[in-house]
Amino acid sequence: MHIAVTATGQSLDSPVDERFGRARYILIVDPESGLVEAVDNQANVNAAQGAGLNAAQIVVEWQAEWVLTGRVGPKAFAVLKEAGIKIGLEAGGLVRETVERFQAGEFKAS
Amino acid sequence: MLQGTIAIASGKGGTGKTTLAVNLAVACEEPVSLLDCDVEAPNAHLFLRPVWEKTVPATVPVPVFDPEKCTGCGKCRVHCRFNAVVLLNKRPEVYPELCHSCGACLQACPHAAIKEVPRETGVVAIGYSGKVRVVQGKLNVGEAQSPPVIEAVRQQAGKEKLTLIDAPPGTSCPVMAAVRGVDYLVLVTEPTPFGLNDLQLAVEMAAALQIPCGVLINRAGLGDSPVRQFCRAQGLPVLGEIKYDPRVAAIYSIGELPVRTLPEFRTQLAAFLTRLAKEVTLCSRLPSFPEKGEQARLRW
Repeated sequence: MHIAVTATGQSLDSPVDERFGRARYILIVDPESGLVEAVDNQANVNAAQGAGLNAAQIVVEWQAEWVLTGRVGPKAFAVLKEAGIKIGLEAGGLVRETVERFQAGEFKAS
Repeated sequence: MLQGTIAIASGKGGTGKTTLAVNLAVACEEPVSLLDCDVEAPNAHLFLRPVWEKTVPATVPVPVFDPEKCTGCGKCRVHCRFNAVVLLNKRPEVYPELCHSCGACLQACPHAAIKEVPRETGVVAIGYSGKVRVVQGKLNVGEAQSPPVIEAVRQQAGKEKLTLIDAPPGTSCPVMAAVRGVDYLVLVTEPTPFGLNDLQLAVEMAAALQIPCGVLINRAGLGDSPVRQFCRAQGLPVLGEIKYDPRVAAIYSIGELPVRTLPEFRTQLAAFLTRLAKEVTLCSRLPSFPEKGEQARLRW
């Protein structure tokens, strides 16, 4: 299973980026085995509009089952829902801690 | 006699664009078209109280996808510069409010699976107030792009020999949509630091669009910003001034027109109108608008 965590850096020890669409990186993580890929989201950081939709598209393409982030805008939220992806909100701290919290079942799907 | 298409803009908001536009429309003896292009907050009708004759929708084209022909290749999404298309389970979906109607997806689609349908983003109303044909654009609530509605307003300009355009404030896309291609641009300013700063921006915009322009100083006597020095240095004609007078504000506040009730205002407006007509005639006689950097009459 893959989960997507938004982050300001490329490693599991990076802080979570609380913005979904304009997060610097989207980390694709296998909670059992660790980091799979750090997807560069720079293009969306600078996008004039539609950043959330594009970020959602990235998550969809990686077939992640969960997104863990701070907040998600309404359009991206709708796309993620439609794609059947579960959304864990109000993530913070480090990515590693967030993944541990996820494994402990602390995130509720929004 | 004043003829052609004259836009009234300002840079700064609240300098008196609409006040000038509606009073000028009433002051002119000939029939005139007044286009209220401030589609996010149209207000010329509050003063002219036109009898509306018809309304037409303002639309933008947005893509729809033919599920029979679409293979889900995603080229439409890749080519959308505005991130308006998402692809879920090989089905493209457009978010119309993000679409800028550029048509790139139609070009990109290898299967001709996309066609465009109109989406209403505003309404254009046409009516008459005496000899003034009033055209008003109104952007629907929640819409972000006003230029298409402004363009729809401009398409409804009548056969009157004089068209006045009441532009929105600022110097960005909506203002450019309202003033592009006009014969002359009147910049309304006020002698304050804000008025001057935004006048400078508006003059730069006019230069970029190569539109000849002149300045009306409204609320003259209020503040002491060097608007006249700026105009002199730029070679911009000051076409007139309207003295600061609280009675104008009082008349405005009850939706009446000072040109009808305030002789001093009428005199100043008439002087401005005469000078404007002269200036517009002069500019229309120029073979074409002067080359950048060597503008004969407008030496900026």
